[in-house]
Amino acid sequence: MTVAIFWVSPATDMENRMMVRTLLIRGMLVGFLAGILVFSFAKVFGEPQVDHAIAFESAMDEAKAKADLERGIHDVEEPELVSRKLQASYGLLTGVMVYSTAFGGLFALVFSYANGRMKSTDPRVVSVLLAITGIIAVYVVPSIKYPANPPSVGNPDTIGMRTELYFIMMLVSLLGMIAATMLQGRLRQQYNAWTATYLAGACYILIVFTTGELLPAVNEVPSNFPADLLWNFRIDSLGMQIIMWTTLGLGFGAFTEYANRNRFGYRNGANIQLNAH
Amino acid sequence: MSDTAIGSHAIPSPAPIPVREIAPWLVFGLLMLLALYFVGAEEGATSIIPGMYVHEWVHDSRHLLGFPCH
Ligand SMILES: [Zn+2]
Repeated sequence: MTVAIFWVSPATDMENRMMVRTLLIRGMLVGFLAGILVFSFAKVFGEPQVDHAIAFESAMDEAKAKADLERGIHDVEEPELVSRKLQASYGLLTGVMVYSTAFGGLFALVFSYANGRMKSTDPRVVSVLLAITGIIAVYVVPSIKYPANPPSVGNPDTIGMRTELYFIMMLVSLLGMIAATMLQGRLRQQYNAWTATYLAGACYILIVFTTGELLPAVNEVPSNFPADLLWNFRIDSLGMQIIMWTTLGLGFGAFTEYANRNRFGYRNGANIQLNAH
Repeated sequence: MSDTAIGSHAIPSPAPIPVREIAPWLVFGLLMLLALYFVGAEEGATSIIPGMYVHEWVHDSRHLLGFPCH
């Protein structure tokens, strides 16, 4: 009985602070595990597309060098800093693991704010909802405007502008999603959850659609670039994101539920200790 | 107090963690963003570390994760 009463008392500041720490470590851990899955997928499906694209690029460069040579111009070949073999193995692994672990940590920080402030009290539901809104805001919407491109697509001279545009699109999408989430909470006081979500979702779409229309289009795909290669590359890029966010959403939620169950001694919302009375 | 009354109270519904207790941890959030910057944009549009080694090392992941490159 004393145990039950103990848990009812509000958590102290210290407990809350330690809670955030636990969540942060958990998030990074789940992100790391997600990274392993993402890397495996990228290695098997994504890398061949990157290789095809680089082969295309080399063929283009060779043709250009040959044409230049006939006109008496000697093209300087760029030195290779990191071998293709390293780029496709440890390089890819580094990038994916850092990306995934960092997103796991950020996910946990957002979760530590959202949990208890949303209608659902089940950490698994909160976690999944965050993952769904996360992938839409951070990847899907920015990529609809500025899709992922394989090597040889993209002019090196415009990298500054393209990076800027991509991050502007991502930032607007993220802020739009935060605004829509806050709006949904407000609307739910007047309407039911479905109506509130429809209206808030419509606002988000309006924000990102308007922004997308205002920002300039970027299309630097060479006219003879294989369409199926471009398609496969982009689908693999999406696949990696789906794997990462699914693992974060389901993994983090399940992990938290499991930890809470052990800590609070309840199962499916029923208190085991009190049931034993 | 009946058991049911206690039972309904004892089920832990998550109390929101006050923002002031989350705030100190946002430092780590900034570190995560810095890490993402190194994967996504370093030695591309902007550069902190001279050379192209970081860019070349994370090159494939940069493309596959959807960041602009090349
Ligand atoms: Zn590149």
